[in-house]
Amino acid sequence: MSAKKNGVYDVIVIGGGAVGCAVLRELSRCDLKLLLLEREADLAEGISKGNSGVIHAGFNVPAGSLKAKTNVAGLGMIYGLAGELGVPHRKTGKLVVALADEDRSRLEELKAEGDKSGVPDLEIVDEAAIRHLEPLARGRWALYSPHTGIISPYELTVALAECAWQNGAEVLLEAPVEAVVFRDGCFRLSTPKGTFAARRVVNSAGLFSDDVARLAGIDDYRIFPYRGEYLITDKDCGLRLGLPVYPVPPRDDPGLGIHITPTLEGNIILGPSVEPVDDKRDAASTRIVMARLKAEAARLMPELSRVSFIHSYAGIRPKLVDPSGKDRFGDFIVEESVLRPGWINLVGIESPGLTAAPAIAEMVAGMIGVRMDLRWKPDFNPVRPRRTRFAHLGDDERAERVARDADSGEMVCRCEHVTRAEVVAALRNPFGARAMDAVKRRTRCGMGRCQGGFCTPRIVEILQDEGLPADRITKRGGGSRLFFGRLKG
Amino acid sequence: MMDPVETHDVVVIGGGPAGLAAALGARRAGAGKVLLVERDRTLGGILNQCVHDGFGLFLYKETISGPEYAERLVEDLVREPIKVETGAMVLDLTPDRVLRINSRSGYRLVQAGAVVLAMGCRERTREMIEIPGTRPAGVFTAGSAQNLVNLQNLRIGNEAVILGSGDIGLIMARRLTFEGVTVRGVFEILSWASGLERNVRQCLMDFGIPLELRSTVVEIRGRDRVESVVVARVDDKLMPIPGTESVIPCDTLLLSVGLIPENELSKRAGVELSPFTGGAIVDQGLMTSVAGVFSCGNVLHIHDVADWASYEGFAAGESAARYAAGERVAGGTVRISPGLNIKYALPQLLTAGTAGAEWSFRTMRPIRNTQVIVKGKTTGKVYARKKFGRLLPSELQKIKVRPAVEEDLEVSCHD
Repeated sequence: MSAKKNGVYDVIVIGGGAVGCAVLRELSRCDLKLLLLEREADLAEGISKGNSGVIHAGFNVPAGSLKAKTNVAGLGMIYGLAGELGVPHRKTGKLVVALADEDRSRLEELKAEGDKSGVPDLEIVDEAAIRHLEPLARGRWALYSPHTGIISPYELTVALAECAWQNGAEVLLEAPVEAVVFRDGCFRLSTPKGTFAARRVVNSAGLFSDDVARLAGIDDYRIFPYRGEYLITDKDCGLRLGLPVYPVPPRDDPGLGIHITPTLEGNIILGPSVEPVDDKRDAASTRIVMARLKAEAARLMPELSRVSFIHSYAGIRPKLVDPSGKDRFGDFIVEESVLRPGWINLVGIESPGLTAAPAIAEMVAGMIGVRMDLRWKPDFNPVRPRRTRFAHLGDDERAERVARDADSGEMVCRCEHVTRAEVVAALRNPFGARAMDAVKRRTRCGMGRCQGGFCTPRIVEILQDEGLPADRITKRGGGSRLFFGRLKG
Repeated sequence: MMDPVETHDVVVIGGGPAGLAAALGARRAGAGKVLLVERDRTLGGILNQCVHDGFGLFLYKETISGPEYAERLVEDLVREPIKVETGAMVLDLTPDRVLRINSRSGYRLVQAGAVVLAMGCRERTREMIEIPGTRPAGVFTAGSAQNLVNLQNLRIGNEAVILGSGDIGLIMARRLTFEGVTVRGVFEILSWASGLERNVRQCLMDFGIPLELRSTVVEIRGRDRVESVVVARVDDKLMPIPGTESVIPCDTLLLSVGLIPENELSKRAGVELSPFTGGAIVDQGLMTSVAGVFSCGNVLHIHDVADWASYEGFAAGESAARYAAGERVAGGTVRISPGLNIKYALPQLLTAGTAGAEWSFRTMRPIRNTQVIVKGKTTGKVYARKKFGRLLPSELQKIKVRPAVEEDLEVSCHD
């Protein structure tokens, strides 16, 4: 209790990705003074926004690894968690397809690995079953995983943080940790927004977790960034994909192969590539890979060669595998530093980190519980109410919503049918995330086929109505300003 | 499902140059109850952000600005007992003409006797033309930039590159120059400008802004804000030629790479669209494949001059009023298809036996000293022939067929 008085946090989590936010929410069950520091202008700005949004079952990783253990455990938790947090998700099942008979053995290897890890209900199915499960998919044989699903990774991340915040945790954006000092039994973390002291630190800094560990004097890790580029189709591309379709994973490739995944809104995601890059923030798309993605996807689903794409994006994987070395597998690292007791490093949390996040969070809570007396809060509220989008409501509910709040009658986004009320609610998020991309991820404004052509000028107006001067409107914080003052007029 | 709370003879969706005219046209043709629904807070549509001159040359025989042009149509409109709803968006249209309308004053269903689609168009995006690179702030479509600059008075950058030579891009090149923004150049992948020739002259040449043909942006650079773009020349297949790249430092990239008719609602109603125009397939009365649903303006096909969109609006409004009054025209059975060098000809359908029909058409590429021929597909008979000193893809042209037509036609253009 004295910690609360002198401003020392019990735990500071560094990094507001899916894993960091899951840890924060898990710890918020206990009577602890908590803070999460995020370097970017919003949560989920790193690895958590640039992935396929798949809830993995756990057969793609070697049995016995921490990846497999946390994945399978996370699978058992994530659907319930998404339900509690009101995050849109769907258990779709997944197919890994073998286009030729000789690839069947690879499917059997995957199944055996999955069975060993305790992945439930895996099954090898034939051509007819493939067609039945997904009429758009092709293949001679497939591994069918009925418990795989899809989820919006950034909505999950934001919801985890909001739930933690409801339960008393603090979140600070645009607060990169620049220096760490250990003094008087506390870690003192310096950020541009001030110095914060904590008795325990969870380093969940994703791509930068090696750098952050180094700030604390722990020089044990090296992250190798591997870029994954994606393309995404229009919702109305004419194809309705029911479940993710993956190829047999390439043997010499540290990824899962270029796959096709539906989004909850009906788009189809295509990707990702696997490209080692020099810069951890080099999320550029390249002409060569964009062409390759289309060619690969057309192999899995020829219909895709005729559809148009409305957006490209890229994510960076924080791998522990040196691209010039022989290893192709690096396990998750979840460990307390021997050198700096009380400092926990989460390093190399790439795929299947999204699914594994709730399991990793429990592990971390367990590690903290060893050193601290964790008292469960009787009033912990695990629920974050679901916010149904206006676009998904029926006529009567829409009429009611507009009658209650006229802002629901003002359409801001023509493609995704987002109302002013939804934009305003997003802008009034508890963390002060007010960049254009933060609005986009919370509302879907700008995710439609006009890619913000219509809503951008309108959101710019609303941002100013909400008190943000035009000069401070950014795409994603930092130097990503949209405007350079006003014209003389 | 809720029941419609009110009924109108004609409902016009969209209050731009086509929609305003359509509402007026409907009244002129005797429609009693006309409703005009506009999603913006004011009428006029994109005209409001077009503060430059060049509107009204045909309709008003003088050149005025976009807002002035809108004002004149609105003046006529307010004299009529037309119900106007601004800040209201039609979210859905059913094949039997029930509209779902949302506005600050409420969400409701409306039954229309006839519907005129006049939703206009949207701009092609960076993603549609697949420009590789980073995703920084500072990439705007030309129309969004026009809104931010002209309606919100915001400075969108200091040094700009414009990709595409569509009219809005050309107009914005001049507008930004007026505001002290350096425009490094306009890059166009084709070997001719997409915009009107007068805009190339008045917006680029008069200000010394270079227009680079057969070149495009192959990469966007910059993490937070655009820092530069890489441009390259393209070959005959429009593919970038390796070795011709050059880096142009800039903080802003404007895209003026084409417009797309905004037919989301039309699709919901089941309207059949043309792959050549991106808009509805219509008959000579501008009726779509869904009975009682009419289309005009940029949602039907992209116009280069607002006046033509308005003329089409008047015509669609009149047809809609007649339909609402119970008048039925025999369906269009004669098909008109684009032939050699023709991008599209409109209308695509004609009631057999119609004489004196007029077609709008566009060519695929610039052609000099040529003639356009309308020929019967069965008999080979030439129905119309018109000489042109020069045809440009940027300019919509017209051709009239005097004799009555009983067979499918093809419009073609020979060098």
